[in-house]
Amino acid sequence: MAKVISIEEAVDLIKDGMTIMVAGFWGVGTPEKLIDALVAKGTKNLTSISISTALTTKGVGKLVANRQLKKVIVSYIGRNPATSEQYESGDLEVEFVPQGTLAERIRAGGFGLGGILTPTGVGTEIEQGKQRITVDGRDYLLEKPLRADVALIKAYKADKAGNLVYRKAARNTNPLMAAAADITIVQADEILEIGEIDPDEVMTPGIFVDYLVQG
Amino acid sequence: MDAKDVFIAKRVAQEFKDGDFVNLGIGIPTLVGNYIPKGVRVFFHSENGFTHIGPMPNSEEDIDRELINASDQYVTILPGGAFFDSAVSFGIIRGGHLAATVLGGLQVDQEGNLANWRMPGKKTVGMGGGMDLAVGAKRVIIAMEHTNKGEPKIVKKCNVPLTGLKCVDLIVTEMAVMAVTEKGLVLKEIAPGVTVDQVRAATEAEFTVDPDLKIISVE
Repeated sequence: MAKVISIEEAVDLIKDGMTIMVAGFWGVGTPEKLIDALVAKGTKNLTSISISTALTTKGVGKLVANRQLKKVIVSYIGRNPATSEQYESGDLEVEFVPQGTLAERIRAGGFGLGGILTPTGVGTEIEQGKQRITVDGRDYLLEKPLRADVALIKAYKADKAGNLVYRKAARNTNPLMAAAADITIVQADEILEIGEIDPDEVMTPGIFVDYLVQG
Repeated sequence: MDAKDVFIAKRVAQEFKDGDFVNLGIGIPTLVGNYIPKGVRVFFHSENGFTHIGPMPNSEEDIDRELINASDQYVTILPGGAFFDSAVSFGIIRGGHLAATVLGGLQVDQEGNLANWRMPGKKTVGMGGGMDLAVGAKRVIIAMEHTNKGEPKIVKKCNVPLTGLKCVDLIVTEMAVMAVTEKGLVLKEIAPGVTVDQVRAATEAEFTVDPDLKIISVE
């Protein structure tokens, strides 16, 4: 069962210094109401894991602009001048991860794997500090799993069992992050009764979901 | 649009076979989608999570705010397309399921190493999906201007941070088409009015000239 709570109750679960995962791609698939409430609350020293830092007015970018983050783990920070400025001044730590590697590290975090082997980044700066492992003559990097204290997810439909359905390109990292955090909070456009989503249509099973908030 | 860039895009667009799945990077590569020859169906993959990218919506009311491409532009999806999550999207890339990717380049060297994500001394914005595309797509085609204001971009050895090792298959510029082969770079085609000597002068890398050297032909 997923518990339906208010947006304020949801952001109270996020404490100073925690690591959060924020789903979405340029804000599409990002639970913006949860982000706005987190900005209003002003929780500090967070580490955020997301594809990019979006824009100063969108997604994780709002948390950067409000100086609530100490570190971001991302594949891209372009288009957000606040990220570049804080990165260059040393106020914000940025760990760059190739986008496909980021997805797999999150998947590994949620699914009990000790890491993944990827050919991406072999022979580049990304290899620094990582083990290179050769399998059947091909070189791979050992990339470690990523987990978070809280994952912030955006669904199109949720039922009260926590089953989720996403819409169009808003799926992106949502199904991966939903599985990779101690607490998974979902902002859903529509919250339905149990049985109102056909089990065949479920994209993220409710077992991963702890809390639902109305989008 | 720069005439040079359009010329490069038109030439790259001739590289695909009917039914190919292709991912286009940002910059000149994005233009390639506008010039696919008639009779060739190419399906474009969007790394944020779908195939069959369609044209941009015709009007404000046709916009779906949950349907963007990887460059954050509102687009549509063509019949036959599918949405998926980021692990599947990059599984498609890394797993060799794309016939080709077209990427931009800061430098390409004669061994096919690619540098396109970070220029020391300039702002670092991140590699996005570029490193995965460089290692994963069946063919990596680089669409770029031949030089950076006269400074060769096709070099003996890349001296800026790499995106991928020995990953480039073909380089298309406004001057030339070059293939990366086991025997090194081969000049396959030159632009109308350009001489082999001019290509040599603008290229730091060593290359051989295909005995069957052709003139680039675009419409």
